[in-house]
Amino acid sequence: MNREDFPMLKQNLIYLDNGATSFKPKEVIAKINEYYMTYSANAHRGDYDISYKVDQEYENTRDLVKEFINAKSKEEIIFTSGTTEGLNLIATGFFERNIEPGDEIIITKSEHASNVLPWFRIAKNQKAIIKYVELNEDHQVTLENLQKIITPKTKIIALAQITNVIGDVRPIKEICSLAHQNNIFVVVDGAQSIPHMKVDVQDLDCDFLCFSAHKMCGPTGIGVLYGKKELLEAIEPINLGGGMNESFDNEQEVFLKALPSRLEAGTPNIAGVIGLGAAISYLNKIGMEKIEQYEKELREYLISKLEKISYIDIINLHSKAGIVAFNVDNIFSQDVAYYLNRYNICVRAGNHCAKILKNETGVKNTCRISLYFYNTKEEIDKLVELLSDKEKIIAEMF
Amino acid sequence: MDQEIKREIIMENYLHPYNKATINDEEYIKVNSNNESCIDNIDLQILIKSGRISDIKFNGEACAISTASTSIMIKELMGKTIKEALDFINNFEAMVNEEEYDDTNLNEALVFDDIFKQKNRKTCATLPYRGIKKALMEYEKK
Repeated sequence: MNREDFPMLKQNLIYLDNGATSFKPKEVIAKINEYYMTYSANAHRGDYDISYKVDQEYENTRDLVKEFINAKSKEEIIFTSGTTEGLNLIATGFFERNIEPGDEIIITKSEHASNVLPWFRIAKNQKAIIKYVELNEDHQVTLENLQKIITPKTKIIALAQITNVIGDVRPIKEICSLAHQNNIFVVVDGAQSIPHMKVDVQDLDCDFLCFSAHKMCGPTGIGVLYGKKELLEAIEPINLGGGMNESFDNEQEVFLKALPSRLEAGTPNIAGVIGLGAAISYLNKIGMEKIEQYEKELREYLISKLEKISYIDIINLHSKAGIVAFNVDNIFSQDVAYYLNRYNICVRAGNHCAKILKNETGVKNTCRISLYFYNTKEEIDKLVELLSDKEKIIAEMF
Repeated sequence: MDQEIKREIIMENYLHPYNKATINDEEYIKVNSNNESCIDNIDLQILIKSGRISDIKFNGEACAISTASTSIMIKELMGKTIKEALDFINNFEAMVNEEEYDDTNLNEALVFDDIFKQKNRKTCATLPYRGIKKALMEYEKK
């Protein structure tokens, strides 16, 4: 749906790599363009009209984000460069100082590198312990398995709401409830969920949540860190500089500003923030429930077709999100991706930054299809038609 | 070379790669070669005796082009002196990079003489060459 809004779709392309990044609608591009063309000033300098407008637009996005994820207050919305920066800020700025030797951090083997490596570093520096939740036969997290590995030493549970290869939707609300009964913090990687479903952080009761604009029709290089206010206040800013300090003197006495400014040092990515605002307005206009429902139907359609091809092995048959990871028997995933590229179909081959997932699935590399609301059943038909002829794949894979 | 023949050679080397194995022998020099932008990842093991390459084995996961290119490369480099091997490698790289090259001694490796037409597969064809070149140059320095 809404295909006419996307200039990229005017090319003869079938784009099925939305888990990597999404296309941008005209409205978002126009809004960014408008900033650079008509009020391209810095933020936080309201002395003249165009700068005042920058502040208004910049803070308007913060309001939009707050509403979009239903945060309690706008101080809980921090702009970052993306999910990766957000997760690193939480790990280094908050947990590095709040974790003791022997404390446990729970993750899974299906997490993206960005939700693994920051925890590895903390574990190494603070002598904490990484534990992996055992996944079920569909490579999914269950509350039972999570409960089993929680101990009095468990301090953090860090999980993607939707993982980028398996595409399972984790029961974050129930996980938060279980965690909080045991005084455990929950960090949510929302990179793959926020673009595709309605998320309410107060309802989930998660402690932190991060996401990126570029996977939800917005620009690259901008994202959001949400945190409960009292937790964000306890974060040690990693970056110090302009815009985040209240005052300092030559005796080195420094006073920092209140949230959210204290965690946004330096000239921010203004065009990015404004573009993110436009992306949220755009998604709101369509409606997140509608997007979720449409993608669910599309996934079911895709699965029903792929399942019929005997030599295709679907790794995540029972997942709910619009992500399908598969392999063609005896053909290297990258060769399948190259083959599809001949027909202008974009899918991704590889480990998709989930490098320890292979220990779980036994499969190192896969082809991944990741859908968005602008994909269609006709596109899926074309894809399936091309995958339905193994001789053709072999004949045209190089 | 005729496109059909090229295809057959690539397919044959992909499906039945030469010396795809790992050997547990300290005498072999080990080198890993991988492509940053994709998932090809191969390990090479090289045995040099009296200044000549007496054996090369490889293992790993790679696409059809990388696998076939590795298989062909190993066949061509066996028995060569280090200098002969480096000359062969440089000549092959020149061909892939659309530079001047000598087509008289590349043999089966000529199947990749038009791989430059698929920019994203150039790195696949040159993957094993980059790894072995590094290993041979380091060996020479010692």
